[in-house]
Amino acid sequence: MTEPTRHTRMLVALVVAALILLGRIFYIQIVDDSYKTDALNNSMAHIPVYPLRGIIYDRNGQILVGNKICYDLLCTPSALEPFDTLLLSQVLGVEPELIKKKVAEYTSRKSRRIIGYRSVVMFPKLPEETYMRFEEISYRFPGFSGQARSLRQYPYNAGGNLLGYISEVDAAYIKAHPEYKSGDYAGKTGLESSYESLLRGEKGEKIFYRDSRGRIGVPYCLSRRREGGCCRAGRKMPARQQHLPPPHPLQHYGQQLMKNKVGSLVAIEPSTGEILTLVSSPGIDVECLADIGSHYKEIAANPYKPMFNRAVQAAYPPGSVFKLVNALIGMEEGVLKPSMLYPCHAGYHYGKSSRLGCHNHRSPINMNEAIMMSCNAYFCYVFKDLIDNPAYGTSGDAFTQWRNYVESFGFGKKLGSDFPSELGGFIPQASYYDRYYGKNAWKAHTILSLSIGQGELGCTPLHLANLCATIANQGYYYIPHLVKESEQVPLDEKYRERHYTQINTAHFAKIIPGMYMAVNAGLTSGATASVAAVEGLDICGKTGTAQNPHGDDHSVFICFAPRDNPKIAVAAYVENGGFGAAWAAPIASLLVEQYLSGGISEERKPLEKRMLDGSLMHKVKKK
Amino acid sequence: MTGQATQRSFLNTIDWYLVGAYLLLVVIGWLNIYASEYDPENVRSIFSWDMRSGKQLVWIGTSFVLGVFILFFISPRNLETLSPLLYGVMLVLLVAVIFLGANTRGSHSWFVLGPVSFQPAELSKITTALLLANRMSRYDFRLAHRRDFIQTAAIILIPMLIIVAENETGSALVYLSFLFMLYREGLSGWLLLLLLMIIVVFILTLVLSPYVALWVTMAVAAACVCAERATMRRFFRIYTPVGLFLAFYPLIYRTWMAESALAFLRPSWMLLAAAVVMIVGYLIKAWQEKNSFRMFVAFALVLGLIIARVVPWVFQNVLQDHQRIRIEVLLGMKEDPAGAGYNVRQSMIAIGSGGFWGKGWLQGTQSSYGFVPEQSTDFIFCTIGEQWGFMGCLLTIALYVFLIGRIMILSEGSRETFTRIYGYCVAGIMFMHLIVNIGMTIGLMPVIGIPLPFLSYGGSSLWSFSIMIFIFVALIRNEKKYF
Repeated sequence: MTEPTRHTRMLVALVVAALILLGRIFYIQIVDDSYKTDALNNSMAHIPVYPLRGIIYDRNGQILVGNKICYDLLCTPSALEPFDTLLLSQVLGVEPELIKKKVAEYTSRKSRRIIGYRSVVMFPKLPEETYMRFEEISYRFPGFSGQARSLRQYPYNAGGNLLGYISEVDAAYIKAHPEYKSGDYAGKTGLESSYESLLRGEKGEKIFYRDSRGRIGVPYCLSRRREGGCCRAGRKMPARQQHLPPPHPLQHYGQQLMKNKVGSLVAIEPSTGEILTLVSSPGIDVECLADIGSHYKEIAANPYKPMFNRAVQAAYPPGSVFKLVNALIGMEEGVLKPSMLYPCHAGYHYGKSSRLGCHNHRSPINMNEAIMMSCNAYFCYVFKDLIDNPAYGTSGDAFTQWRNYVESFGFGKKLGSDFPSELGGFIPQASYYDRYYGKNAWKAHTILSLSIGQGELGCTPLHLANLCATIANQGYYYIPHLVKESEQVPLDEKYRERHYTQINTAHFAKIIPGMYMAVNAGLTSGATASVAAVEGLDICGKTGTAQNPHGDDHSVFICFAPRDNPKIAVAAYVENGGFGAAWAAPIASLLVEQYLSGGISEERKPLEKRMLDGSLMHKVKKK
Repeated sequence: MTGQATQRSFLNTIDWYLVGAYLLLVVIGWLNIYASEYDPENVRSIFSWDMRSGKQLVWIGTSFVLGVFILFFISPRNLETLSPLLYGVMLVLLVAVIFLGANTRGSHSWFVLGPVSFQPAELSKITTALLLANRMSRYDFRLAHRRDFIQTAAIILIPMLIIVAENETGSALVYLSFLFMLYREGLSGWLLLLLLMIIVVFILTLVLSPYVALWVTMAVAAACVCAERATMRRFFRIYTPVGLFLAFYPLIYRTWMAESALAFLRPSWMLLAAAVVMIVGYLIKAWQEKNSFRMFVAFALVLGLIIARVVPWVFQNVLQDHQRIRIEVLLGMKEDPAGAGYNVRQSMIAIGSGGFWGKGWLQGTQSSYGFVPEQSTDFIFCTIGEQWGFMGCLLTIALYVFLIGRIMILSEGSRETFTRIYGYCVAGIMFMHLIVNIGMTIGLMPVIGIPLPFLSYGGSSLWSFSIMIFIFVALIRNEKKYF
């Protein structure tokens, strides 16, 4: 017998493969009846069971975000029978034409192919009363049914930007998160987004058999139980509840203070890193959050960009508050001692005829006086000693070392807070200046504006609040975060960890007297932030006036209080507010007073009124 | 038509068996496309432009025009000479569609020009087949030569990889069908076996365990080596006892050893050790006896070892969720009536409900009303199964077997290597489409969206299959003309 040729073998393979297909077809068509019974039942109906979304509480246990029930009116085109359009329109409070139009659309040939026996949402989010009216007479409307789902509800007007909103998932979101189906809702911004996995809950599904006329019959689970299938049916997990630190009165007060100003106000509890208040102004009103869909256009068209969370996204030059960082680095590097005196004659003179100006004050002064009066010249000397330090070979090396210190405060990178949209700001690298000026062709004087927090620096208000908390803690910070640990929500380990800067912790105590004096030294001393002084609260602070080439300077202030064992660290950044003492310092100090004393003292009421009523909107350039 | 006296008449030179089978399949497709859309409450004519059947009729008509054009106006010689150019143009289109094409369900493989869309991947099968036929019919071509082998592989793999980049994995898979032709042209059967082994090890690893997969690989390798050397005595004396021992070793280990001092002799390590002994042994033997077969077996074993180790990891960490679920549902590891299994389940219900004689044309309940997705394109076979029953399926599959078999027989008998190679390519492509598409509708294959030749709705697919088969008819006719 000769070996069969490959041609023959392939013909045999063809026939064998066809026989395998036919064998399988024979099996499912003739031998196994289970497919026929399934066909009699025609199909399975999948009824989604939506979980209630998790509730967000503030740190005092008050509900910030709750749920209210509403109903989607579903239409099942295959089960429709002629009905009284007028009655339905009256009950639902919509135009009869709209109902006719929608029904015609669902029953068109093309949609029938797509919809089949499924149901479509005809009128989403009907209020409970409306739905109940329909429910009473629903027997007259076969093919229409209701489906309960929850809407977000906001008892207090606090924290629009921080809470974020939820909206129906779109195609791109489903692609990135295959566990979502169209019709589901997910957090898009803020806390709703960063704690989506905890808040979401798990959607369940009930599977029913359905007959050929679309009527729903036996649950699939019951009939198939012995086979152990149907693992997804009927399960619904409640979402976990979320505890948040911002106490709503403080958040609300902060929003009031920032009303009609553009900027941010951030308060942190230094001993835990918990965010007490985070205001980005102008922000989104919570009323808009529940129904973001209908307000989205209006919000997006607002020239002040309320969706943009300035507190964690806007990178500003920090201004004079950054002098504190340079003072700390100077002491760590050994080029600065608190007792050192430097002169200031209307500024710092360098090069042939260059000058970095300063305001009028006595001279010479030591470090704490320089902090108190925010002397520019003093920190130019410090910065020059740092960058042109002969201990380092080149200015580039010294700068890189300086940058390492700065970065250890959390500047120039995302801190890792629970804001998904947080941005990292910017600190230049030595190579950045090399590209600009040429390698080794620059020194301290070339980049002198960094000494007073100007120039190529970008910090978010959250960074500044974190700097303030670091000083309050005398050398370390916790990553700022909104979530507060509770039984249901474990705290991420990263929020428990102390982050030390590269500065010896002993140096921090040396700058605090300067910050104390800046607020409490009295009006005649030359202190920059006397307006922030509150009797008995021992506020320590530092003003900043960030130069702004596009308009009026930005008003900046950071402060913590009380001096011993601080409870709150605040950063206020008011765009186009002018001097730090003009807007930022009063606002920050009022927030501190509200938090620590629970109210504003009589003598400061006029100041409070001025801040609450004041508006800077006319100065802000619309973007 | 240049007036050769020897030329035989038109009717005699065309292979009417092929054309007849083609026409029957196209008509079956047309009737079932209508049936799959038929709505008893809203009856429209099969010719209605609102129905897909009406549009399909236009595609069918234009396909005939294309067929006639190919038969009478294109010289097969030209196809042969032009094949490198056609192949090149098609490569350009394949790449261009990634950037210019419309995004349909995540894949960029369609050009959309107003109402007409066109998928270059469909036509590139033909140009690839033509270029393969051109290159491989050179007088000095030997598949065993490394240069020729690499060239052949490149011709197949380049369009395949571009199509994978278009995210059309299904269409890319069809390129594996060129293996049929390569097997006919002398590709080692052992290479095909190796491919089969990879698939089997893959499935065993996932469904049972890496241990079983590796054990089976080793058993098959031992059997192959012994069969090749015809030393069955050795097989029974050495391999059988060792194999049995390893088969029961996990049980022994769990019962007696896991808690004892011998706990370090873990089954997976023991099996690995046995595999290493085998591999090293074969390699030494292969080197001593200059036996390349053992080298090959040793290589296969190493490959099996790697696959059994790597697959579970890839499965858990590399694959995306929907891909994982598809494989799990296919291999019966999970029952999921709500998700990935839905299409297949609906399709099997539709086919299963057909019974022996079917429910009759236009009497279906399942394939209408949108239970079966894609019912006029990829799942057209459901309509046949439901409305025409087992007899309809038998007839349809028999027609395909006849068509493919006829192409293979004609190719085998052809005098021209070019015709033979092209014919085997066509047979392989159709075979692949047939098995994967019908296998998918009856739950034998994963859901891979490729059409059923001539039956599925769609101009792009019908045109390209028509062109493919008419080129073959023209090539055969060209030979018959002069003899």
